[in-house]
Amino acid sequence: MTFQLSFVTEEAALMQELPPPRGEMSAALLAAQRNEAGGLGPIDVPDPADALADEDLQLALYCCYELHYRGLPGVDERWEWSPSLLELRSLLEERFEHALNEAVAAPNSDGDVDWSEIDIALRSIADDDEAPSLSQHLDRDGTLEQLCEFLIHRSAYQLKEADPHSWALPRLSGRPKAALVEIQADEYGGGRPERMHARLFADAMDAFGLDSHYGSYIERLPAVTLATVNLMSLFGLHRRRRGAIVGHLALFEMTSSVPNRRYANAARRLGPDDPRATEFFEEHVEADAVHESVAAVDLAGGLARDEPGLTADILFGARAVVALDGLWSAALLDAWDKGDTALLSTQEVAGVVT
Amino acid sequence: MSEPEPTITPYRDGPLVVRGGFRLVDQEGNEIEAGRDTVALCRCGRSRIRPFCDGSHQIVRFRAPSAREDGRADP
Repeated sequence: MTFQLSFVTEEAALMQELPPPRGEMSAALLAAQRNEAGGLGPIDVPDPADALADEDLQLALYCCYELHYRGLPGVDERWEWSPSLLELRSLLEERFEHALNEAVAAPNSDGDVDWSEIDIALRSIADDDEAPSLSQHLDRDGTLEQLCEFLIHRSAYQLKEADPHSWALPRLSGRPKAALVEIQADEYGGGRPERMHARLFADAMDAFGLDSHYGSYIERLPAVTLATVNLMSLFGLHRRRRGAIVGHLALFEMTSSVPNRRYANAARRLGPDDPRATEFFEEHVEADAVHESVAAVDLAGGLARDEPGLTADILFGARAVVALDGLWSAALLDAWDKGDTALLSTQEVAGVVT
Repeated sequence: MSEPEPTITPYRDGPLVVRGGFRLVDQEGNEIEAGRDTVALCRCGRSRIRPFCDGSHQIVRFRAPSAREDGRADP
């Protein structure tokens, strides 16, 4: 019985189908990945008008990064370290980072913050966030359809929740490392697979009748959603951005408890009479109330004390969450305001390619 | 393996974080199930899941130092 259960989980944890391409870059990449790992061949990487909203670029980047997580279905695992693929990835990242720098516009004074006041600086970044509140909308006026759409968007990250931040572990030592382990142990269910946050999210999707297979909705997720996940992969996979991945986690945790209470309210009001519908959100209210202090003070403050030169990057990571999550929530609320959806339709996906 | 000695840390403008081996009981002596090794206890009084913290201190902009306060009234 146990064997059967773990088998089912394993299946659900892998992406079932490659997403359709959204332009020349993702088309060339996905076509090449059907072959054995080797030379990718020349792929033109133009300068997009807005890399953060570019469907082709964000999907191509997502597919490069996914090789480091659960892999892509039917794709030779050796592509992960193929020099030609990494070369393409670095060109995509260059465009992404350039757009991020512009969107974040971090003040020079960020580098002068003392390690002992990092928590105050992070709090003020969170307080300055003027993006419209998705959680308030869902709590007060959201519909069941909107709540399900929200779950679908979040599934890109939440089904591998905590994984991008785990890349930081071997790059830290001492107090910040212990702090990150303390947080991640909780994220991964404290040794109980059924309590893993990614599992609780899949349970919530199941309760709402959604497909909780890993990656099942990738083809419907717009660039603005993929960018929020690519951001974590970028920061997590590059040691030089270890400050940013730490700042990302800190801000994420600091702005999680209150919204999750609102999502729990929405799930209770709109969802099925099933404890799985609310458990993920309720767990996060309590868990992230612990994590926020540990992440801001022990993790981010601890890293800034060990490596003062990373202070600006820590705050950059925090500012980047606010910037990209702000664009994402605005995109959803704008679409909903018009009675529309921010998810891509299958026709749209095909339309981008032609 | 014996559990490590408990420590209680008041975090600036935030909760009391309790780590190590501890028991949380109500005034009748009944266990309050924490469900995790490290817990955050409400310090601002506004949590809706007391004794645990739910992040409400952010909404009410709760302010308190991490170290001991000096006891003088606010200016």
